[in-house]
Amino acid sequence: MARAARRLSEQINLSRRPALEGSETVMPWVTVRPSGPLSRLSLRAPEASVSALSKALGVTLPGKPKSSAEKAGRAVLWLGPDEWLVLDGAGNLASALQGVKQFHSAVDVSHRNVGIVVAGEGAEAALNAGCPGDLSLAAFPVGACSRTVLGKIEIVLWRKAEHEFHVECWRSFSDYAFAFLTEATRDAGQP
Amino acid sequence: MLLIRCPYCEEERPELEFRHAGEAHLVRPSNITAMSDEDFEGYFFIRSNPKGLVYERWRHIHGCARFFNAVRDTVTDKFVTTYKAGEPKPDLGKPKARLPRKSARENVGKGKPAKGRAEPR
Amino acid sequence: MTNESFRIPGQGRLGQARLARFSFDGEGLAGLEGDTLASALLANGIHLVGRSFKYHRPRGILSAGAEEPNALVGIHRDAARRTPNVRATVQELYDGLNAVSQNRWPSLKFDVGAVNDLASPFLSAGFYYKTFMWPKAAWKQFYEPNIRAAAGLGVAPDLPDPDRYSARFAHCDVLVLGGGAAGIAAALAAAEAGARVIIADEQAQLGGSLRFETGARIGGAAGWDWAQASAARLAAMDNVRVLTRATAFGYYAQNFVGLVERVSDHLPQPMPDLPRERLWQVRAKRVVLATGAIERHMVFADNDRPGIMLASAARTYFNHYGVAVGRNVGVYTANDSAYHAAIDFKKAGVNIAAIVDLRDNPQGAAVDEARALGIEINAGRAVIAATGRQRINAMVVRPKNGGASRAIPVDALLTSAGWTPSVHLFSQSRGKVAFDEATRRFLPGDYAQDCVSVGACNGTDNLADTIAEAIAAGEKAAKEAGAKVSKGFKLKAETPEGWAGGMIGAAPGAGLDAKVKAFVDFQNDVTAKDIRQAVREGMRSIEHVKRFTTNGMATDQGKTSNIHGLAIAAETLDKPIPEVGLTTFRAPYTPVTFGAIVNHARGELFDPTRRTAIHPWAETHGAVFEDVGQWKRAWYFPRPGEDMHAAVDRECRTVRNAAGIFDASTLGKIEVVGPDAAAFMELLYTNPWKRLDTGRCRYGIMLREDGFIYDDGVVGRLAEDRFHVTTTTGGAARVMNHMEDYLQTEFPHLKVYLTSISEQWAVIAVQGPKSRDIIAPLVEGIDLSNEAMPHMSVREGRICGVPTRLFRMSFTGERGFEINVPADYGQAVWEAVWAEGEKHGACAYGTEAMHVLRAEKGYIIVGQDTDGTVTPNDAGLDWAVGKKKADFVGIRGLARPDLGMPDRKQLVGLRTRDPKLVLEEGAQIVADPRQPIPMKMIGHVTSSYWSENCGHSIALALVERGRERIGETLWVPMPDATIEVEVTGTVFFDEKGERLNG
Repeated sequence: MARAARRLSEQINLSRRPALEGSETVMPWVTVRPSGPLSRLSLRAPEASVSALSKALGVTLPGKPKSSAEKAGRAVLWLGPDEWLVLDGAGNLASALQGVKQFHSAVDVSHRNVGIVVAGEGAEAALNAGCPGDLSLAAFPVGACSRTVLGKIEIVLWRKAEHEFHVECWRSFSDYAFAFLTEATRDAGQP
Repeated sequence: MLLIRCPYCEEERPELEFRHAGEAHLVRPSNITAMSDEDFEGYFFIRSNPKGLVYERWRHIHGCARFFNAVRDTVTDKFVTTYKAGEPKPDLGKPKARLPRKSARENVGKGKPAKGRAEPR
Repeated sequence: MTNESFRIPGQGRLGQARLARFSFDGEGLAGLEGDTLASALLANGIHLVGRSFKYHRPRGILSAGAEEPNALVGIHRDAARRTPNVRATVQELYDGLNAVSQNRWPSLKFDVGAVNDLASPFLSAGFYYKTFMWPKAAWKQFYEPNIRAAAGLGVAPDLPDPDRYSARFAHCDVLVLGGGAAGIAAALAAAEAGARVIIADEQAQLGGSLRFETGARIGGAAGWDWAQASAARLAAMDNVRVLTRATAFGYYAQNFVGLVERVSDHLPQPMPDLPRERLWQVRAKRVVLATGAIERHMVFADNDRPGIMLASAARTYFNHYGVAVGRNVGVYTANDSAYHAAIDFKKAGVNIAAIVDLRDNPQGAAVDEARALGIEINAGRAVIAATGRQRINAMVVRPKNGGASRAIPVDALLTSAGWTPSVHLFSQSRGKVAFDEATRRFLPGDYAQDCVSVGACNGTDNLADTIAEAIAAGEKAAKEAGAKVSKGFKLKAETPEGWAGGMIGAAPGAGLDAKVKAFVDFQNDVTAKDIRQAVREGMRSIEHVKRFTTNGMATDQGKTSNIHGLAIAAETLDKPIPEVGLTTFRAPYTPVTFGAIVNHARGELFDPTRRTAIHPWAETHGAVFEDVGQWKRAWYFPRPGEDMHAAVDRECRTVRNAAGIFDASTLGKIEVVGPDAAAFMELLYTNPWKRLDTGRCRYGIMLREDGFIYDDGVVGRLAEDRFHVTTTTGGAARVMNHMEDYLQTEFPHLKVYLTSISEQWAVIAVQGPKSRDIIAPLVEGIDLSNEAMPHMSVREGRICGVPTRLFRMSFTGERGFEINVPADYGQAVWEAVWAEGEKHGACAYGTEAMHVLRAEKGYIIVGQDTDGTVTPNDAGLDWAVGKKKADFVGIRGLARPDLGMPDRKQLVGLRTRDPKLVLEEGAQIVADPRQPIPMKMIGHVTSSYWSENCGHSIALALVERGRERIGETLWVPMPDATIEVEVTGTVFFDEKGERLNG
């Protein structure tokens, strides 16, 4: 029985079906693409646990609103005063905090969220089609991140470079998010 | 669309990120089962809903997700202040000085400067 | 009319612009690129462009801007793009434009509806309210349809709007509304100080009234040239956004301004990647209002004849578009500014028949210049009538206090009663306007927001003062917004012109008798007489006068008429104007399309459509979907030849006989983590949790504080400090909010955190006697035997090689499992389970079968069998309330006296006497069908289905004292029959529950 299961698992690994797979919008001024699978943790912890968790993650948890920290492909985004979203493109975060004794909650949300990368000169304009916040560099500098809204859904927005944003939304909202951003790119030609 | 200062995010954010959550400073008694019917009615059903300054709860639900409190004038729709959940009710002094406005300004032209508080109605 | 016969060579700014062909009511005409439709029509000598709303009187072009009340036309691009009520004065001409007049039949020049003009004694103010009151039924069947056909404006297309509309949120330090001299100067000053600036103007180019004010010189250049150079300078600055063709239509709280930018209405072809309009929602730290002023017309008899227009409009057509609105032009005014129109015309060789000036002794440079040019000036006189039905042919002039009158032939008449400051946006910002007695106009008074008014909208009549005021305001706004103003911005401006003076209300001879029509509001056909009549009939407040007469209530919102109307009402009431009051200005300033408001939210972007990870499989296997909130859920899986009934019956049978596989991914899921997790659960749910062993599950009920059921779901304890909570699909978000609320604000001392994991896990329910056999070959590391994993337990392990949280639970009454796997693996695991299931005769089942199967077992669905007024006891779930608990949310509510009353509605089962009859959900229940109507209703059906497994219909119902009535007969009155039912328990199938372990 176990052997049969292992055989199945090999087939199944081939048939993981990330949301938005194969989707892509390319305009001369902006592109919209899924980020591909990422390992993710929703991390909740009081102040007293922050240093132990930072140590275990290898990234210092940012304490300032709207800020993020990044190290070796691992990013930690401040979402609230005791809440962070940890993203890792290569490693698996699922067990990264297992040894930490200090009070915290680390929940694997790798499959809950879908990442979308909006990049290009028109990225800010495309996002501002549905995101009510001020996304100018002065108000939302590189590295800034925040939960906010895009049209009718909630997203996490993270500025990775002047003209590159990472958008996270829940899996079932990713069709909407992608369609919205695609529609918005058409009118993002003039910043 | 209002602009609401989130005391946790430490900046003003668009109203679309927030959700109103009713009157503030209603504390659920720890001995709730000991409440009389009358007291429970007052606690759960009766709201003051005044015209003018209200103490109310908001949640920055599409932001930092924290609940916090605000003082808002229902006549002008202006926020007097926002503060973290659990902090004491701010003392706003006498009604005359109730709306500290740092934004009151002179009109360069013929108009008069903005008044510091709501029109009496 | 010959083409372009009124375009004066060498006049205006269109120069060698390209020809643009267009048609009006099917007639082929030509204009120039850069024209508006109005200027192109006038260039062709066409004044008559529409019929009025009520009296169907011939109407011409009154203005050259957004205030236009008369010249409303339809613009037809194709069958789906037929825009009604477009102001010809705003619509830019393009090659191929097709315009049609409105509100006329069969033609503009011969209109049957014009008999209304003769019937006007019966159509006076308030006629809607008086005439059509009786008989009542006639309103819907006769009056309303006929009035709508006869009145009304253009016709909207009946095809879907094929255009795209976009939207943008924008932020700036200083938002300047209005791009005339004042706006440009303010924007330059703020921008030079380093502020982030947005300047918006509704016209295609910045410049405002510099378009016609030829005498203005700013910064050493002609006013218009300065405006264009400044616009280019602003556009080139990184910190400035210049929006043209953009109307600020609404000024909302905290300097939030809505603007509509018309992106492609001026283009010959809509561009595929350009929206038709773009909605800008701008948040500004400071707003500078530079909205200018609107000229008023003179109110006298038959002042609506085509060919009568505002003096500044005629000047605009002349100085900007090079179009003379006539060859023998009269002027009727009460101020100086109209003289400049006469002067411009006369200098270019257009005859000015006469200036009629209501003032007894007009003086000043403009009067002198007109006199020097040989223009006849009739001071102290009034125009008391105009003749010529489809085009003015003479004005009748008389001393204003009476005397002999004479007719002066004219082919156009320019009127000006003075300028009304545009305080619309200021007023929308909740600022209070104040009446200035000296100049008899309303000006910005008390400010409510961080904004400032400059220039004509602030009552500043002189250009030099305007520029100085605007620069000061721009710099101040920039500074307040945080910019550092280093060097002061300087600009010199001068003009011989001024905008002061004028009159408000009706001019002499506007008539008291019923035959004279001196129009105040052109678009709604409101005359001076109507307003006087409204006052005579008892209207005292301007708000009442407005509604009774409809003055100012047309699509132009009374931009030219409000002040006249107010002055006439005040005069009739014999009260000072401020006592009569000014009506409130409301958004939108000019009409806004629904397209712009809706913008992206159309089609698939109207509302998010949520699909599970397993959705594609269901789609390829023929599922019919139902909407559950935003989710698409597989409803049933019909096989060839099956209707819904047959498919659901088969699915229900198969689950009980073999097994069924069901996509339960949409269930809400919350991970509750922390040392106080159990303590938190104790407070949020009615059940006891502390003694729930790790690896076991419990059905939990959540109440609101009032004691009513809020949500329910199965909760599994994964570890001492970790619970996996499930919620209803529809309740997921609000339950999370409810839990967070209590945790953050009432129980913040608890060391526990909540995380939504609804979408982390795809959930595959496998239910039925064969369920264990189906999943067994796929599961690793979990003993599935009844002993090791009894009903209501949870295990973590692997299935098909991926991590799973495997629940042994049942919403069907059969042995069942719910397999949670990370969502991206959902479909692959489903396919593996499906392949195993097929070997055992299993089927996929949808939400309908799920509903039937759970109802057969009497399992409730919160929100269907409960409605926010149902307690656990009402629902027969008292067993789930921890009797020994000291506290939980709802514990006090449950103790309210009325929640313990014996006559409460309780959930029971119903069986119809006729087993084939399926009751309607929501149907009311009575005890005695013979009682008189209205009958006493003692309950209602909450769930009702055909049960193939039972062989009869089944229903759940909330019935007063329901449990006492088990065995009784009750009645369900329906329109065609009264249905006899027997009250039963809620469990219809396997009452002992043996199948859960079978």
